[in-house]
Amino acid sequence: MNYYLLSMIKTAIVVGIFMHVLAYLQWIERKVIAHVQLRVGPRRVGPHGLLQPLADVIKLVTKEDILPSHVNKVFYFLAPFVAVTFALISISIIPFGPEITVAGVRTNMGLADLNIGVLFILGISGLGVYGVALAGWASNNKYALMGGLRSSAQMISYELPMALAIVAPLLILNTLNLRQIVNGQEGFYWGFIPRWSIFMMPFPQIFSFILFLIAGFAETNRVPFDLPEAENELVAGFHVEYASMKFASFFMAEYANMVTVSAVATLLFLGGWHPIFPQQYGSGLIPVLIFAASAVLCFFHAANPARPFDRITLPVFGVLFLGAAGLFLIPVVQPILLPLFWFSAKVGVILFVFIWVRATLPRFRYDQLMRFAWTFMFPVALINLFITGLLVALFP
Amino acid sequence: MDTILFLIFAAIAVICGINLVVQTHPISSALSLVGVMGALAALYLLLGGEFIAAAQLVVYAGAIMVLFVFVIMLLNAGTEKRLNVRPLGKYLGAPLLLVFFGMMAYLIQKVMPPSSPVVFGAFQGGTAAEIGKSLFTVYLLPFEVTSVLILIAILGAIVLARKEVD
Amino acid sequence: MIPLGPLPAAVPPSWYLILSAILFALGVLGFLLRRNIITVFMSIELMLNAVNLSFVTFSYVLKRVDGHIFSFFVMVVAAAEAAVGLAIILTVFKNRQTLEIDEVSSLKN
Repeated sequence: MNYYLLSMIKTAIVVGIFMHVLAYLQWIERKVIAHVQLRVGPRRVGPHGLLQPLADVIKLVTKEDILPSHVNKVFYFLAPFVAVTFALISISIIPFGPEITVAGVRTNMGLADLNIGVLFILGISGLGVYGVALAGWASNNKYALMGGLRSSAQMISYELPMALAIVAPLLILNTLNLRQIVNGQEGFYWGFIPRWSIFMMPFPQIFSFILFLIAGFAETNRVPFDLPEAENELVAGFHVEYASMKFASFFMAEYANMVTVSAVATLLFLGGWHPIFPQQYGSGLIPVLIFAASAVLCFFHAANPARPFDRITLPVFGVLFLGAAGLFLIPVVQPILLPLFWFSAKVGVILFVFIWVRATLPRFRYDQLMRFAWTFMFPVALINLFITGLLVALFP
Repeated sequence: MDTILFLIFAAIAVICGINLVVQTHPISSALSLVGVMGALAALYLLLGGEFIAAAQLVVYAGAIMVLFVFVIMLLNAGTEKRLNVRPLGKYLGAPLLLVFFGMMAYLIQKVMPPSSPVVFGAFQGGTAAEIGKSLFTVYLLPFEVTSVLILIAILGAIVLARKEVD
Repeated sequence: MIPLGPLPAAVPPSWYLILSAILFALGVLGFLLRRNIITVFMSIELMLNAVNLSFVTFSYVLKRVDGHIFSFFVMVVAAAEAAVGLAIILTVFKNRQTLEIDEVSSLKN
């Protein structure tokens, strides 16, 4: 097929799915935090609140777009644009799966395959600081300026341990290309332990993984590092002067950054799209089992429902889950769906950890945050890199 | 295709460069410089320097210019006052500059020996592996010396920015 | 001279050198004309970037990687210089409360 037409189709699919994932990530976050706090979360708009993101989008779009008179107009318009652009660009180089053949067309599952993929991700996360800094400055408001400067200083301080944590598995894997990194984590030790980076000899990269996740929390301004933008600190920080769609852009940028950090952690440390145990021991049946169990749960709760409404909606969900389980059994689509399932499952687990931490931990004070970066994370990342390099040099 | 890409990014670089010189507020100049660096990163990719393009984005546009933007925001530098330029300079300056650029372009074209045109993908020696090999074998001494240089710069910046304890 | 006919399919390297020369000239212009010390500093960075482009172009022409290495070292030196230079600018601002280089013209305040 024509290269440009194929690229456009792939881009359309990825952008469509990614936008829906961003919208529903907010629904998942609200539901999970609600259940952690022993309440229910949104449940009125649509069954179990599933149409809540649609309601939120309609609300944000139809709100009045205020342009305060005291702001610097050029940068006020530029800042959310820059934030969203750099947050969404990183998704273009992430590989979702291996090379597949769909209707006679061979293509990679992923939009672009850069030889310097890891450096590009580091560069884009460095450029993402501009959105926050410009938003804080353009608002011409001392709280926004303080919030913007604190947030940007936090982001650049944590870029350093993040880069050092990324370099350590690269010493073992020997390439900067994201697809080659995942291909290097193929295979199993002794037949059943997966050869992911966190299990890889000569030095299992478990410390790098933890360091990368902590730095990822700080880079995306999530709890416990979200002092610069929390609602009850500094009057909501750098986005205090922003109204409807521009405010929505900052939040979309934050969720997109979260997904990017989770995807990069999956690719570098958790083996990308490779399954947990080999195909011959039946790892192709895991998605079938998960969806079938969800369907059984739905039917069970439909039998004695908590609300009369559920007598109708829960069986529908049960049938949908059974359909999904059946889809994973068709051998034609299995090579496409199985790697995608494992990739999404791993990214989903890390996103769940992000949301779980938000529901559980209190936030750091700003000086504690910066001290943690420079006196703890940076030396630990250096020592980790040194040990990895030493072991790689001694036992090639 | 290579020509169109070169012309687009060269135009962006020159326009952002002119913007840097012409704008009165330092922060507009800083963002124009980020634009120049982005356009130059794309040109490095066309010339086969993929590692240098990524290093330009990570180091220059992502760290050094953020430092500039921070300092401008912290010092709250206002716009510059207009300089009183004599009419001779105002009306002769830009045309003379264009004539100078034209002369420079002609001279460079004439003096440069004939070489193959710049095609994307013709130079494969700019990968991270090649640069690493060269950096750690042939250029090892400058590499170690730059690490000392960075240490001196860090010490200097910390000493200069420290509050005096009376 | 730059041809006014149909565009060539690929650009000769001398065009990259011409772009590098134009950016360098703009950097010198900013350095001489502007009076805010931070803008002067940024013009210096523009000059360094123009030189980097020159190095990478010649690395392409000579088919060697040494131009990239030199460009890398220029970036490192520019980073160190920016850090120390901005620290000095902050100190001068603390003492003289101005960023215009014309007003910082005497040793004693």
